[in-house]
Amino acid sequence: MYQLGNLVKELSEKHGKSRESLMPILQGVVDQHSYLSDEAMVEIANELDISAAEVYGTASFYTFLDTKERGRYVIRVCKTITCAMKGKNEILQTLEDMLKIKVGEMTVDRQFSLLESNCIGWCHKAPAMLINEIPYTELTPEKVVEIIKSYMQKK
Amino acid sequence: MEKRGLNKVDLIFEEIDLKEVLTAAYNMPQAEIIQKVLDSGLKGRGGAGFPTGLKWKYAAAEEDTDKYIVCNADEGEPGTFKDREILDRVAYKVYGGMVLAAKAVGARSGIVYLRGEYKFLLPQLLEELVKFHKLIGEIGYDFSISYRMGSGAYICGEESALFESIEGFRGEPRNKPPYPTKSGVFYRPTSINNVETLVTALMVIKHGPESYSQLGTKDSRGSKVFSISGDTPSPGIFELELGMTVQAFVNEFGDGDTKAVQVGGASGFCVPRKRFEDTIIGFEGVPTGGSMKLFNSSRSMYNVLHNYLDFFAEESCGQCTPCRVGCQQLLKGVQKVKKGEVKSIYLNELVKLADTMKVASKCGLGQSVGNAFKTIVENFREEIIY
Repeated sequence: MYQLGNLVKELSEKHGKSRESLMPILQGVVDQHSYLSDEAMVEIANELDISAAEVYGTASFYTFLDTKERGRYVIRVCKTITCAMKGKNEILQTLEDMLKIKVGEMTVDRQFSLLESNCIGWCHKAPAMLINEIPYTELTPEKVVEIIKSYMQKK
Repeated sequence: MEKRGLNKVDLIFEEIDLKEVLTAAYNMPQAEIIQKVLDSGLKGRGGAGFPTGLKWKYAAAEEDTDKYIVCNADEGEPGTFKDREILDRVAYKVYGGMVLAAKAVGARSGIVYLRGEYKFLLPQLLEELVKFHKLIGEIGYDFSISYRMGSGAYICGEESALFESIEGFRGEPRNKPPYPTKSGVFYRPTSINNVETLVTALMVIKHGPESYSQLGTKDSRGSKVFSISGDTPSPGIFELELGMTVQAFVNEFGDGDTKAVQVGGASGFCVPRKRFEDTIIGFEGVPTGGSMKLFNSSRSMYNVLHNYLDFFAEESCGQCTPCRVGCQQLLKGVQKVKKGEVKSIYLNELVKLADTMKVASKCGLGQSVGNAFKTIVENFREEIIY
């Protein structure tokens, strides 16, 4: 994990310091830290010379730009109709049992956050979920256990 | 009414020699490209269905040296996944469509706005883009494409919200007019087109407008990529000629027990079994950006409606009151009816609210919430109440 100040500097060098650089910079910080802390948003505001309120205003609009602390692996289970029809609840239950957290929570070791998401575009292979940016489809409880185990071993 | 049967087509995913098509286009006058696209009858494939040739014509007419082509790859409509498949399999044709649009309009910059959920595709898309830039450089085009990522906001598929997002702001739609062809991204003339529209336009130039416009009906020319899901033995991506009835569609994709088809996703229309025969899939009947969801008799249409309203209540950007409050109240309203806290006649009040949202909301999101709401409530009233 990069140090925050260096990361923001590096991102602004890559994307520029104008307002249109804000989204790529926010996305870059989330890529590394999983969420945008208050310190990160203040740092970005200073770097782009805009108000921290502007940064927070933009960030808080977007579901994937979390301003609440998230784990290293953010699990987003699709809850839109086809996934809901094809067994999303079972998938969620499996994840909750395995990680011992509820939707919206983070594991104590800060490795996993469990969230629900609106349609992620895999309806023909429902139910589906994203772990960070990687999609997993045609899920069954057994498959989910295997997937999560493989992430647990990545520690 | 002109009807077509179910006819599978292979235009979008057909492998082509891009260099050949783009070399021919390079030597065509701007007006000729626009005329061909106009003649083909192609309408935007993202859902709204604005004639593509007209959009290019308007953008071309603007006197500005700084114009943009934006590819809208923010498909977020529940049940739609065709743009992901197109980008995954034939990204070079999407880029080809963009440079064609650029030539027609007189633009030098292109931006692809890709939804955050599809970020896993980015490495291969960028690899393809390097090859593309080299290819068009050899032909002589002065055009380059860059990528912008979304971050999980459905509303950013709305063109002006998408521009706001590119510019680093909250994805809140702008007032229209001015339309994007006059004032789009960075307040410059912009042609913003859906992924599939760009590929289709390229294929129109390759095969000629005459052959393309033979497909489909008077109001819905050509073919379309459908994203098919729900209670079907064959979910997936299918390219079909426009103008078929819902019945013809169900005959092919249903599971023998289909009671309703949701055409066009959460913002689209619910077609019940009794209307399958007389409803055409296309602009003269039920338009769709590609989302087709089948429901069989084991499904509760209350759950379907509740799911959609929950979706809209979350995805409304909150900028205008009719949509922000309307989505929440529709959701609360159907919950109250279901629980018996209010009389079932309350549904009529909710339908009035949906009608108000249609006229009073600022953008397409709030304006279309009523489509699914009304068609589900009207056709499955008893399932909502009991």
